[in-house]
Order: sequence, then structure tokens, then C-alpha cells
Amino acid sequence: MTPARKQKLMIVGSIVLGSAVAVALMLYAFNQGLNVFFTPTEIAEGKVGADQNIRIGGMVKMGSLVKQGAGTTITFIATDTNEDIPVAYTGVLPDLFREGQGVVAEGRIDANGVFQANSILAKHDENYMSAEVKAALDAAAERKAAGGTP
Amino acid sequence: MIPELGNFAAMLALCLAVLQSVLPLAGAFTGNRLWMGLGRPLSAGLWVFMLLAFSCLAYAFLHDDFSVAYVARNSNTALPVYYKFAGVWGAHEGSLLLWVLILAGWGYAVSLFSDKLPLDIVARVLSVMGMITTGFLLFLLFTSNPFDRLLLNTPTEGADLNPLLQDFGLTVHPPFLYMGYVGFSVAFSFAIAALLTGRLDAAWARWTRPWTNAAWGFLTIGIALGSWWSYYELGWGGWWFWDPVENVSFMPWLVGTALIHSLAVTEKRGVFKSWTLLLAISAFSLSMLGAFIVRSGLITSVHAFAIDPERGLVLLTILLVIIGSSLFLYALRAPVVKGSATYGANSREVFLLINNILLVVATAMILLGTLSPLIHEAIYGEANRISIGPPYYNIMFIPLMAILAFFLGASTFSRWKKTSLQHLVSNLKLVLVASVTLGIVLPLAVASSFNPSAMLALVLAFWIVFSIVKDLLDKTANKASRWQGLLGLGRSYYGMQLAHFGMAVIITGVCLTSHYSIEQDVRMAPGESITINDYTFTFGGVVERPGPNYTAQSATVDVSIDGEAYITLRPEKRTYHARGDVQTEADIQVGFFRDLFTALGDPRGDGAWVVRVHVKPFVFWIWLGAFLMAAGGALAVMDKRYRHKPVLLAQQEALPPTADSIEAVAKVSHS
Amino acid sequence: MSNRAKLFIPAVFFVAMLGLLFYGLGQNPNLVPSALVNRPLPEFSLPALFETNGVVGSEQLKGGIYLVNFWATWCAPCHVEHPYLVEISERETDITFVGVNYKDDVDDAREFLGERGNPFKLSLVDANGSLGIDFGVAGAPETFLVDQSGTIRYKHVGVIDNRVWDEVFVPLLAELR
Repeated sequence: MTPARKQKLMIVGSIVLGSAVAVALMLYAFNQGLNVFFTPTEIAEGKVGADQNIRIGGMVKMGSLVKQGAGTTITFIATDTNEDIPVAYTGVLPDLFREGQGVVAEGRIDANGVFQANSILAKHDENYMSAEVKAALDAAAERKAAGGTP
Repeated sequence: MIPELGNFAAMLALCLAVLQSVLPLAGAFTGNRLWMGLGRPLSAGLWVFMLLAFSCLAYAFLHDDFSVAYVARNSNTALPVYYKFAGVWGAHEGSLLLWVLILAGWGYAVSLFSDKLPLDIVARVLSVMGMITTGFLLFLLFTSNPFDRLLLNTPTEGADLNPLLQDFGLTVHPPFLYMGYVGFSVAFSFAIAALLTGRLDAAWARWTRPWTNAAWGFLTIGIALGSWWSYYELGWGGWWFWDPVENVSFMPWLVGTALIHSLAVTEKRGVFKSWTLLLAISAFSLSMLGAFIVRSGLITSVHAFAIDPERGLVLLTILLVIIGSSLFLYALRAPVVKGSATYGANSREVFLLINNILLVVATAMILLGTLSPLIHEAIYGEANRISIGPPYYNIMFIPLMAILAFFLGASTFSRWKKTSLQHLVSNLKLVLVASVTLGIVLPLAVASSFNPSAMLALVLAFWIVFSIVKDLLDKTANKASRWQGLLGLGRSYYGMQLAHFGMAVIITGVCLTSHYSIEQDVRMAPGESITINDYTFTFGGVVERPGPNYTAQSATVDVSIDGEAYITLRPEKRTYHARGDVQTEADIQVGFFRDLFTALGDPRGDGAWVVRVHVKPFVFWIWLGAFLMAAGGALAVMDKRYRHKPVLLAQQEALPPTADSIEAVAKVSHS
Repeated sequence: MSNRAKLFIPAVFFVAMLGLLFYGLGQNPNLVPSALVNRPLPEFSLPALFETNGVVGSEQLKGGIYLVNFWATWCAPCHVEHPYLVEISERETDITFVGVNYKDDVDDAREFLGERGNPFKLSLVDANGSLGIDFGVAGAPETFLVDQSGTIRYKHVGVIDNRVWDEVFVPLLAELR
């Protein structure tokens, strides 16, 4: 084999091998890192499978935040104004977390129907709302308008 | 009057930028030396007027001129002076002004330090930079003018700067980041000039290298500052979140790193030419893509700017024109610059090719992860939005970097053109034994724990360090004295090794802090304490403390070691008056081997609070490593051969490619 | 594939990505029209801001052109928007400006309007954001244009200034008048 051909073979070989490994790894990684976003209404309609890692979005219902005694666990209710879902979270809440404001939580639904959050994001104030929360509230408003117009 | 002056200066700058993008290039095409020569004075004028515009905005901030809408939205009379100045780049309009200022600055720098370049190349490079500046100035003046007035009803008080930004780290983060982002425009312009002329030789690569190194060094610091900021300001104790905004700054860095390495091959061996050009175009394109993603509000993120689709559209058009035309030019002209040299197995070229592939694959996977929510939405509709979390990035990125670290160490002993496997093995044997031994024994001895992934990371870090040390010893072995030998090595050699050493330091920091950090979120009443390793943290309760423009809930956490008082930490929760925003201020005792991190959560009644207490070993090394990398880049920029070796293009062109490569090989073997 | 054609791969890839970004821009929440556009005004009855025990109901918003503005004193962009609203309301006398004080402190709101001028002919208080939910409001300021038949014709997210007014509202109003 001429050096030029050998060199070409090497390059092509390494690219093929590299991309094969990368694609395999990527598919696996995607599965691990993927979170599908659901609204409380969609959860109430049973669209979420058991033990599926998901993101939910909605507003923290006024007066629903409960800080339990000794531990650091808190519970609150997330709502899209149509349906509610109870959320439990252990840890420190972000600065922007407030009742009556939008929230995005990541985690899974347990056997009792409580959303066990691994992380809570409340990274917007009312001047800027996350697109996810906004979409959830818009969808709920649309249902209301469609069903409840006089 | 001052804001009008600023506006006027920016408009004059636009005129100069238009002239700069047309005249020198037209001169280069027609051979008109006078027009070509206009590039330098025009870029100086552009710089002066941009500086004037920027100073005017800064003046408006410092004098609380709330008749300027941008100042009214982002400042406040109670804001400390330092943050008033930093407020200039605290939101979209002003930071765009800073972006253009820095762009003009790089253009001026090129005109200053290019006296050894042929005039037609300088003219082309400056023209391309003028075009980029024109695009961004148009965007600034017509969609995001920071000088817009609120004359009708001037507010008496401003809305204050976002509290997240009222912090030292974040005030210096954007200037460094932009220096890096925009700095890649120089390599980009050199690439376009090379495509236009069809001349891409060792001299071209030699001109481009210091500019690329400098931009890359700034970007390194910028990213590190951003990470440092999120570590202590977001109050989570994390230092990297794979947030879209972080990703878009990381992608140009990765491609820039690839570019630095491929430029080395292009200079020394005359190969990888069109690949180098593509990387140079991509590095700056990714920088602009980052600007677009951050400013269009396209992807939700912690620190995105205000959402404005109209601006997004204009920015997208600029991207289309600049990147689209350069990639089209690349497709048409790249065959003209093809290299012809060959290289064999295990040669340094092959190692650098592997480096490039790994870095580009890493970039591609980050790009895919960042855009995948959008791709998913485009396919499946808005109903099922997805997001990609850190697990995806970690699973992809960590193995790629491990392979990169392995090849980094191995490549130290490789030679250009051809390296015998025996040579590599004989050099690496000792390094392998030493790094594997230390990497496995150290965690067992110090932490007395068996953690395979921590061990692997340590082995790789030692692998890099020992190969650097061995290389230094080998290179000085035949000199009269070690010291003389060390002095004889060039700055760019030291720069390279320092940057590689920095990588080893980062690997160590990342691995140890992610595997051995102890993080506890606990509810603590005054007087209660928690013990982590040798440290006992005692919560002393919370008192209210007034600040200049906020009120703080300030906690005291006394830290003791074996009962002996060590230090008192004061994490705070601040409520900023103007906006009512709450901001967590962590208090961290930074140490060389470990950080003590405390942050205040929320009150839980009876004076008890949730307190975040972390002991994070070696976390400081992450930023230390980044600093070493940037310092390595700076050292390489200062290498003598970029300045004291005037290269005449004509002479270079006269050399056949083989002679060029022989010269390069000869240089490497004694550098 | 020939070598020449391969060189176009980056350009093609870039154009595809640009298409995606363009699509994403269209999906931007600000551009998506409200679910309520071209639907009748939701029914409501809320306390008035100034008259104690006064009530403003949706039936009062019939038979003319109304501009319903959600605002609050805690909202920084509202401070920026306010002078424009005052100026525009003085100019456009045939439009009734309705201010919804959104999740705010009522005393602060009264003081704010007292000091900086009141562009609103009707001012109501939406203390817990319930009307905001009915309108699909995500934040403040948001502004709704209601026509003579009581149908919402346009929703604007963000600050209204002279440029927005001239470019967006003036053409819409020309249609309505």
C-alpha cells in the first residue's frame, strides 16, 4: 500500500470507528438525559407512564406550600388552573420560588400520585416566564375559553 | 446632550465601518495601494468612535441619567458606583455595545500589529472585520439602541440592575467572554482572506496562531469566570450546569482548541489546510450563534436576555449573511488551498487529527443536545416539549475527554511525519507505570476508598503531568546544565505544556470534587451543629443587616476543627429594594485543597433555617487549571518567533511545499 | 460523492440549522397569539381601584374600543411603559383605557397613579391574579385590544412605547374604526 492510501485508510477507519462509538454513546446518553415535559392536565389524563422521569410545569397554588417539621422536605401543589398535582421536594428552594408564580419541577410520580421532585426550577420572575410554564398556562386558558364561554 | 453624542459617535462608527468593509477590499482587488492602506486609519477611527460611544453610555450610567431608557431599566441611584459602571453591559443593548467595542478593538489591534504582513492581506482581513462590525452596528443602532431616550416622562428613579448581576464575578465575566468570542473574528477574517487570495501557507498559519491563542485565552478566562460565578452566586454549589448559555460559550472554546492544534499542523507541515479554514470559520460562527441563542430567547435558560423575536430575526439575518456567505466561499475556494504532504502512522499529525476529531465530536454532541428541544418540537409539535439534562452531557463528554487526555499524554513524544511505535512505547512505559501506581494508590491512601472512576481520572491527570515532566527532562538532558536547557526552550513550548498541565489540573479538580464532595442540606436551629469530616459547622442564627440597596438576612455559621474555632462564615439572603428580588449569597472559605461552602435556604420557623453546608475538595483546582490554560495561551502569544521573524510572503511562496516542511521539521526538533 | 460536493456539507448543515432556528423563533411565546384572540372577553366582576366598594364588571366593556392593560408597581417594565400610556391616552380619546392592577399592593398602586398620572378611565384590582388566569396573562405588562363587539382582537406582551403603538396598534385601530 502506498503511504498516501494507507494514510487515507487510517483517516477513514478512525472516522468510522469514532462516529460509530459516538452514535451508540449518544443514543444511550439521550435516553438518560431526556425529560419530556407534561402539564398537570396531561398527568391527570393519565398520559404519563409509571416511573417515567419527566418535567412538569405550572403555577404554585396560593396557600399550598407546606414546610414540614424537622426535615427539609416541602410540599406544594402545582396547577395549570385546570388540574392540580401535589409535589414533594427535599432541599433548598430557589430564590425565585414563590406561591402564585410559575415553577418547573423535574422528577417522577410515586405510587400515591405525588410528584417527587429531584430539582425545582423557578428561574423567572413575572416579567419573564419560562416558555414551558407559559405553554402550560396557555393550554389551560384555551380549554377554559373553549369550554366556558357564555 | 451626552447620550446624543454617544448615538452620534456610534453612527459615525457605522459610516467608518462601511468604508472599512469596502475600500481596502476594493483596493486589494484592483491593486490600489492607497485604498488598501486606508484599512489601518479607518480601523483606528472606528475604535476611537466606539470608545467614545461606550464612554457616553458609561457617563449616563454614572450620572443616573434616567432619561435614557436603558439606564432607567438597569440602574438606580442607590446602586454602588462600581455596579453602575458594570450596568453598562448588564442587559442586551449595552452588552451589544460592548461587543461591538471589543470587535473594533480587535480590528484596531490587527492594524497595529500587522506591520510584517503584506498590505493586501491586511486590507482583506480588515475589510472582513469591517463587514462584521457593520452588521452588528446596524443591529445595535436600529433594533437595540442603548441611547434611546424617555424624554416625555423621565423617571426619577431607575428600576435597578438585576441583583444576580450585582457581583464582581459577573461584572468581569462578559468583557472576558466577549474578548474571546469576538477575538475569533480575527482568525475568521484571516481565513476569509486566505480563501479570497487562495494563498494559505506556513506564513499564513504563523500570523493566525497568536490571534487565535489570544482569543482562546480570553474565552478560557471568560468561561471560568462564568462557572466561578454560578458556583458562589447561584447558591447551589455547582460549577457547571450544561445550561444552554454555558453550552454556547463552551462550543466555540472546543472548536477554538481544535483550531489551535490544527493551525500547528498547518504551519509546520502544510496539511489540514481546508480543515483549518473550516475550523476558523466555525469558531467564530459558533460565537455568533451563541450571541443569537442568548439574545433571541429561543431556548429557556438561567441567564438569557430579554425576549424579542424581532431582534432575533435581524440577528438571524446577520448570521445568514456572514456565516452563510463564508461557508459558501469555503465550498467554492477550499480546493485551491489543498495541502500535499503525507504523514505516517503514530506521527504527530495523526495525534493532532485525533485531538481534532474528539473536540469536534464533543462540540457536535453539545450542539445537538442544546438544539434538541427545538428539533423535537419541530417534529412532534409543541405539546410534548422535552429538555436534555446533564446526564446526557456527562455520559457523552466525560469519555471523550478521557480519550483526549490519554492521547494528549501519548502525543507528547510523537514526532512530525513519522514516529516509530517503539519510540513511543519506550518513552511512555515509565510514565504509564508511575501514573497508574500513583493514581490508584493515592485515593486509597488519602481517602481510603475504592472509586474506579476517580482513580481513572487521577491516572489520566498523572499521565499528562508525567509525560510533560519526562519531555522536559529529555529536552534538557544533553544541555550543559538543566537550567540552561530549560531557558533555551521557547515560550510557545512552555505555553503548550502549561496549558496541557492546566488540563491535568482541571481533570483532578473536576474528578475529586465530584466524587469526594460532601453536600448536606439541613434544617438548623440556632446553636445546632453538623459535622462533616473534621469540620463542625454551628449555626448561630440569622440577623437582619442593611446593605446599600438591599436588606440582608445574615446568618453566622461558626466552623471549628476538633473543637477549636476556625472561621466564621456569613451566608446571606438579600432582598433588593427596587425590584423586591431575593438573592442568595453563599459564603465560601476558599482553600487550595478544599472549599467550605455555606448558603442559606429558607426559614422554617422558630429561628431555624435550611442551611446548605458543603465540603468540596479540590474545587479550586477547576479554576486554577483554567487560569493555567489561559496563561499558557498568553505565553504562546508572546513567543519570539511571532514577532522577530519577518516573513516575506514572496519568499515563502517561492519555496516548494517539501522545503517548507523540512524547515518546519527542523525547527520542531530543536524547539 | 465528489470531493467538491463534500465541501458544501458545512454550508448545507448550516442552512438546515438556520431553518430550525427560524422555526424556533416563530415558536417564541411572544409571537404565539393568545388563545383568547378573536374570542369574547371573559366575564368578570372585580373591585375598582379608586372607589371603595366599587365594582367593575365585564358588561361595562361593551360598545367601544377598549385597551386592557395588566400592570403592577413591582413590574419594572411597567414603569417604563407608564409615561407612554399616559401620553397615548391623552391623544387617543376615543379609546377607553382599562387598567388591571395585577397582584399588587393597592395603596402602592393608587400612589403610583396619583404621582405619575392616570391613563385609565377604569381601574380594577386583580389581587390574586384570577383575572390574569382568565386572560392567559403570564406576566406584566400585557395589553389586550378589545373591539366594539367585546371581542379580543390583539394581545401585546411587553412594553408599549411610541414605536410599538405606531407600528402595531395604529394599523389595528384603523381596521376597527
